[in-house]
Amino acid sequence: MISTTAVLQEIAHARPAGLRAKLRTDHISMTFGRTGEEINVLDDVSIEVGDGEFVCLLGPSGCGKSTLLNVVAGFLKPSHGEVRIDGEIVNRPDRRRVFVFQERGVFPWLTVEGNIGFGLSALSESERTQRIAHYVELVGLKGFEKAYPRELSGGMKQRVEVARALAVNPDMLFLDEPFGALDSITRLIMRGELLRICAVARKTIIFVTHDIDEAVQLADRVIVMSARPAKIQKVVPIDIAHPRDISSSRYLALRDGILEAIGLAHKV
Amino acid sequence: MLLLVWQVAIGVQRAPILPTPWLVAKALVELAVSGRLMRYVVASLFRVTWGFALAAILAIPIGLTLGLYRRAEYAFNPIIQLLRPISPLAWIPISILWFGVGDIAAIFLIFLASFLPLTVTAMNAVASIPDVYLNAGRNFGLKRSQIVFRVLYPAVTPQLILGLRITLGIAWLVVVAAEMIAVNSGLGFLIVDARNAGNRYDLVVAGMVMIGVIGLLLDIGVKSLEKVPSISWGYSDD
Repeated sequence: MISTTAVLQEIAHARPAGLRAKLRTDHISMTFGRTGEEINVLDDVSIEVGDGEFVCLLGPSGCGKSTLLNVVAGFLKPSHGEVRIDGEIVNRPDRRRVFVFQERGVFPWLTVEGNIGFGLSALSESERTQRIAHYVELVGLKGFEKAYPRELSGGMKQRVEVARALAVNPDMLFLDEPFGALDSITRLIMRGELLRICAVARKTIIFVTHDIDEAVQLADRVIVMSARPAKIQKVVPIDIAHPRDISSSRYLALRDGILEAIGLAHKV
Repeated sequence: MLLLVWQVAIGVQRAPILPTPWLVAKALVELAVSGRLMRYVVASLFRVTWGFALAAILAIPIGLTLGLYRRAEYAFNPIIQLLRPISPLAWIPISILWFGVGDIAAIFLIFLASFLPLTVTAMNAVASIPDVYLNAGRNFGLKRSQIVFRVLYPAVTPQLILGLRITLGIAWLVVVAAEMIAVNSGLGFLIVDARNAGNRYDLVVAGMVMIGVIGLLLDIGVKSLEKVPSISWGYSDD
């Protein structure tokens, strides 16, 4: 049993050849103390993410994958272990690495323009306008610059969030179930949009989801996490080129492999 | 319609329960012509403006700070909760003792009436801000003071406006009561004075009508702020 875990951790550390390590977590554990009772949320998690890699953290709801993302982003301090990005220890959030919340993270008191320009106050007026226009265009919100979030649909608000994050030109994005609140059709469209945007502006991305298909469609590598306390259960490289054919045998084989790792039956 | 019912109902009554609307209208004209109406309205508004503005200027930053620092909230909340149920009117003797009969006593009462509700509103507003807004602010590298002005403040504005609206209503109630005792001008004074000086109930009701009208206008004035697009998001779910 111990040896199996060790082997899996080895796999977790392995990264696609040719990529420099961007992020590395070193034996992270997280314990929340609540009303005297201690809850173990993360248990000895070591992962490595390559520069420019798209990694999905996949696990059941409430398993602690969001906690892991919050630790990596610097919002939470781990109880044990450390996170290093480009060799530096992470201890606070940083504008070079932007967290994309579900669409509820959009500021309702600002227009689309105001939201996208939120992180750009250091730029000159003209540069800022230019940058905003560029990202409005990129996420397909032209004509809605002056609209307030309450006038937008869920999918559009999510685009605003993504644009606000991209506008500060970060080198990493952390996405926490960003499409979780959207209907299934909009979700599919948004996945395509995200991949399109990623192709334009190459970023290192950690994407948290509980949706197996979403993980296999998007990621270069899927890290499967167990139920709480979250441990790395399996690491699955997705060796299919984009655009991915979601009825191809390779896709289905990878998906079934993950289903099996989680311990779910193939038949509903 | 209401006026008509009022007029007729009083007409069929023999005992002097209320003056008729016609008499009240005449009384209003009389007050306006003599210049007292304008003078009293200005006097009342002057006191409310000062008491309310001072309370808002102090209570909002204090309330936001208490909301931001949980420990301060734990320290001060018991005192606030103890003082809150005391009617501002209970402070009338003390305010006269401290400031004598005059404007300052009335302003002090209005200040007291507005200060605690506004502090509590601001404190609770901070507590209800979703973490995502503050985290997003931190993520974009904002300093603490920038987070206060660019995230905290806009996030609580809708609730603050609501609190200001309710509190201004309270302040307007209190000024009338304060003027009945602590000063010799204003709409509250008009009502007591008219009764004492020869039971002029037409003037009493005229004063009440003015209080109602001005109270309504104040409420409409604050309410119009709720229509501002950067604020209106706080009031509906759609």
